[in-house]
Amino acid sequence: MERSFIARNPSVLIFLSILALFTLGVTILSEGLGIGVISTSFVKVLGKTLCLCLIAIAMDLIWGYTGILSLGHFAFFGLGGYMIGMWLMYERTRQIVETSLSEGVLPPTPEEISTGIGNQIFGVVGSSEFPLIWAFADSLMVQLAFVVVVPGILALVFGWLAFRSRVTGVYLSILTQAMTLGLSLYLFQNASGLRGNNGLSGLQNLPGVTAPQSVVSLWFFWASALALALGYLLVAWVVSGKFGSVIQGIRDNEARVRFLGYSVETYKLAVFTLTACISGIAGALYYPQAGIINPAEVAPIASIYLAVWVAIGGRGRLYGAVIGTAFVSLVSSWFTGGQAPDVPLGFYTVKWVDWWLVLLGLSFVLVTLYAPNGIGGLIDLLKSRRKETDA
Amino acid sequence: MKSLLLALCFALSFGHLALAQMTPVQDVLQTQRALIEKSSRRTIGPAIDALVASGLPQMQNVLEVWQGKQMWQRKADGLFLAATKNDDGSYTLQSFDDGAEVGTATSTDLKQLKPNSGVRAMIATALVQFQLSDSDPAKRADALDSIARDPEAALLAPLRASIEGEQDAAILARKTRLERLMSMAYDDDIPTRVGAINDMSGDLGVDFRATLNPILTTKRIVSQTMPEGNIARELTVGTDALPRIQAYDLMIAGGDAPLQITADARDAVLEANIIAGRIADIPVIQLSTESARDRAYDALVTGGLAAPRVTQEDIDASLASFRFFDVYDEPSEAVTKAAEAALAASETRVAISQAADLGLDALSLASIYFLAAIGLAITFGVMGVINMAHGEFIMMGAYTGYVVQLFVPNHTASILIAVPLAFVVTFAAGVALERLVVRWLYHRPLETLLATFGVSIALQQLAKNIFGTQARPLTSPAWLDGAWVINDVVSISYIRIAIFILALLFLALFLFIMKRTRLGLETRAVTQNPKMAASMGINPDRVNMLTFGIGSGIAGIAGVAIGLFAKVTSEMGSDYIVQSFMTVVVGGVGNIWGTLAGAAMIGGFQKGVEFLNPSNTLAAQTYMIIFIIIFIQFRPRGIIALKGRAAGD
Amino acid sequence: MNTLLEVSGVTVSFDGFRAINNLSFQIASEELRAVIGPNGAGKTTFMDIVTGKTRPDAGHILWGEKSTSLIGMSEAKIAHAGIGRKFQKPTVFEEQTVQENLMMALRKDRALLAVLFFRPSKDDFARVEELAHQIGLNDALLRVSGELSHGQKQWLEIGMLLAQEPQLLLVDEPAAGMTPAEREKTTAILVEAAKTRAVVVVEHDMEFVRRLECKVTVLHEGSVLAEGSLDHVTKNQDVIDVYLGR
Repeated sequence: MERSFIARNPSVLIFLSILALFTLGVTILSEGLGIGVISTSFVKVLGKTLCLCLIAIAMDLIWGYTGILSLGHFAFFGLGGYMIGMWLMYERTRQIVETSLSEGVLPPTPEEISTGIGNQIFGVVGSSEFPLIWAFADSLMVQLAFVVVVPGILALVFGWLAFRSRVTGVYLSILTQAMTLGLSLYLFQNASGLRGNNGLSGLQNLPGVTAPQSVVSLWFFWASALALALGYLLVAWVVSGKFGSVIQGIRDNEARVRFLGYSVETYKLAVFTLTACISGIAGALYYPQAGIINPAEVAPIASIYLAVWVAIGGRGRLYGAVIGTAFVSLVSSWFTGGQAPDVPLGFYTVKWVDWWLVLLGLSFVLVTLYAPNGIGGLIDLLKSRRKETDA
Repeated sequence: MKSLLLALCFALSFGHLALAQMTPVQDVLQTQRALIEKSSRRTIGPAIDALVASGLPQMQNVLEVWQGKQMWQRKADGLFLAATKNDDGSYTLQSFDDGAEVGTATSTDLKQLKPNSGVRAMIATALVQFQLSDSDPAKRADALDSIARDPEAALLAPLRASIEGEQDAAILARKTRLERLMSMAYDDDIPTRVGAINDMSGDLGVDFRATLNPILTTKRIVSQTMPEGNIARELTVGTDALPRIQAYDLMIAGGDAPLQITADARDAVLEANIIAGRIADIPVIQLSTESARDRAYDALVTGGLAAPRVTQEDIDASLASFRFFDVYDEPSEAVTKAAEAALAASETRVAISQAADLGLDALSLASIYFLAAIGLAITFGVMGVINMAHGEFIMMGAYTGYVVQLFVPNHTASILIAVPLAFVVTFAAGVALERLVVRWLYHRPLETLLATFGVSIALQQLAKNIFGTQARPLTSPAWLDGAWVINDVVSISYIRIAIFILALLFLALFLFIMKRTRLGLETRAVTQNPKMAASMGINPDRVNMLTFGIGSGIAGIAGVAIGLFAKVTSEMGSDYIVQSFMTVVVGGVGNIWGTLAGAAMIGGFQKGVEFLNPSNTLAAQTYMIIFIIIFIQFRPRGIIALKGRAAGD
Repeated sequence: MNTLLEVSGVTVSFDGFRAINNLSFQIASEELRAVIGPNGAGKTTFMDIVTGKTRPDAGHILWGEKSTSLIGMSEAKIAHAGIGRKFQKPTVFEEQTVQENLMMALRKDRALLAVLFFRPSKDDFARVEELAHQIGLNDALLRVSGELSHGQKQWLEIGMLLAQEPQLLLVDEPAAGMTPAEREKTTAILVEAAKTRAVVVVEHDMEFVRRLECKVTVLHEGSVLAEGSLDHVTKNQDVIDVYLGR
């Protein structure tokens, strides 16, 4: 069965091969384990980009295939990051606190350690008490489960409410945007228990690991590549069969699918929740590479950028989502990182740090107007040209 | 003739005084000479009292000069004189008694009296009673301010005395009110105090509550028997009013119970008793739990090396043998009872007023949401175009106002110019957006959303590049400053009233355009059935362009209004965009009354949440969004929904 | 003949306008029925009510041998119960092939996981092919349905309905915009389908209704004006008044 799936979708195999080669190449060129052409910070950039590609695939599934323009998937991404961040921060702080307390005359008691960790983590928001949501922060297994479960439950509850009342189209988009805004405003409060606008930091340090960052960054890079490969495989499989027909049917004509006897709301809810879980995983891999997560990451704008990447790549094609995201986010970080040379016009010097967003915004308008199928559309065009010349 | 006679009399008496060397002021000063020379806060009181008690009118001048460090003492004869420095460094001396110059002197002949700030404050208090009857109303008002700021029992009598001669009605009212308030706190006669309190019971003024609160202050007393004094209440240990720990701390503070050994104190004792890695024969390494440490400590206690711990049973026993009381500082029960009643009455009225104030706040927030949303009600509600750059049009309007103010410094004129100009600028921008982007995407709403979002990013960054990231001011005209004060609790700033009126104007304008003009008719026709409209000779392109332009233009005007009370930044648009869409969606798309109802509901809800949790406006917004999501469950098409097949998908 | 669908006393109003007014109507389990009526007679709203898209303000809709009430059931549940609906405009999934369209419509378990793990068997392909044959699209199985002609799309949609194996087929103006040859074929498909199930055709075109040779129900202002053979109803004075105007 699986063989026939790959056989029917040669692009999956091509994609996986390219990804494997890319991973191998980066490893060989890296500082940590290879010849040192690629710096550790750039390995992190590439690893983060792979995570963004993973959430872009989720976005493509919900938007490109199912037709639901969600402006809220970065909320799930952020939640995934927060969940893993809680464990990373707790565990690392615990080790630091234990080390410093063990220098005292008396061996530390559990109460002293817990108070010490509380002071370290929540001192910035003027508290030392552990909020209830940190109850399982000491357990890696539970927090890893939360990476999938928490975004999943939020998506399930929100999606159930929204789809049940038949909110569709732009209304749904606006509602998802409101959800993201609500979550980010909530996280901004100190009372949220997640350190308010300070967010969680120091996430790049793996507790109990003595390997240098140059090596740790490669571990995360591999994990991100593996997650992307599995995610791609899963989503490609989901959309390939009758399920794919049904959700594309929902995208093209919801009422028709409903009169065919499919419970449209259940399908939408399932896809929404599945993509939320994938987004959570992507976020959980992204933020340890970024090192810090704060509520600004969850702001609605991020989710809209996600839609931009997928649209530029070409929605409804998984490779399109990956290409668009990798292209735009890498170019974006090149321009905003100040590496792009300024353009002197004599009377005015164009600084790319200032003008990149203007360019991005306008190019997005152009893509929507003139190339609704994005970069992926170009590839399709080339393919069909080849077919024609072959025939 | 009469004046001549008076002048003659005056001259005669003056001559008589001068002749007899009558210097009553100097005499009084000389009697207090020792105290004045070595003035200090603790000792100066009797001297000032004596000066005031002399009843001499010149004393006000003496006190003012003294307070202003202008009083000098001539070393030769010890006389107190007012001195002013001349250009050549010498001093001209003046007598306090008649204001006559009595010669000049150099600083070596003189000694300056430098009252310290404590003394000056006491002089100021003494001066108040003179100022209360000053001929200048401004000085009288100042005196009242200073009494109100810092009331003292001693000032009650002079205040009362000054009421009778008061001519100015406003100052008289203030004096009377202040007299009532001070009577409550300082009168010697208890019935008078109770009467004053009862007179003003239920008053809304902050000053009234501020006067009552000190009367009702209590001290907490730990005692085995019923204490003396005006007892407010007896407290039960273990209730919210008096938790166990607090009760025990009170007993420790009163010396009625031994200190508890804290964890830190225990650990310090333990560390001090380590002998060869063991404490009381327990290896240190084993002390990694609280209970192990307690056991080690107990072992030390048994060995007589530490003070015994206070156990829970000890605490219970101590607490059981004592009673806890709140006792009023004010001894009179009649006064405290009246004050409690009056305060309760005030608080009820304050609560009602606060509710009214909250209502006004909600109304003004609703007007702001309505203003921000009304442009959307046209482009999104009527035309069905999702314009994510709508917020940036609001921002453009606000920056237009800012730029106009750079060139036109008069605020009234600049606002009058800015409003139409903002309309023109954003109208043009709207038309451009419609022509270049939106019109290619009709019937593809999701793509319209994304394309206009691209425009939104670009415009925001453009504004940042031009105006920088810091907030720019948009100043309202002076006549919009200030607030309409209804009572001490309820007030609303004029600018919010103006925004409310503007919102009403826009509502009227919207209704007028849609219902009474050719354009409105054509717009409704085009949105309902573009082909039919086109076949009837309406140019849908033109109508769409104009309608979109007007919706955008209104956003520009709203931007000027919002800029007047919020900061003008490149990101101000995005603060409003989600709320604006919510307002339109919650209200019911395609119906202006729905938008109004949506704005009212969202504004009211948000203010309501802020009232329940005033410290946290972020939480209010989160709750509001959750509320909206749940609300849509019950009314998916909004408050005012279109029905029928036409409204279907 | 036993009753398959019974509509009694149904009323719907939109903003005060009564689209359906005390409508009563019955369909037997194997029957071809044409519903005609002027614009605004409530034909489409009637379909909306039966398929669960619109909820009536009053009245009963009873279905099948067990006489279960359809009011309050979701569209998907009603479709499951055995009512298929064809829209006025051809609505097929234009980006998918004819085969995929038909495969999606095949009477199979519609539950989420069953669909996710569904892989078509030989029998399923054979059934799809058979259906395609029935609607004359056996040569176009792998074509993207967006490329089909208007008439072919209409047939594909009818084919999808047949694939659902419903007991009742509601067909809204199937012949609109078709060439005479296409109409003839459509007629044949519908008549054939009505041999094993009930088919209700809502139609404007009298000529087309005549070819169906079936019982006709005339709707007017939301209720039944006349019922009987076409010849019978066209002689009815009320019907003549409504159609020709007084």
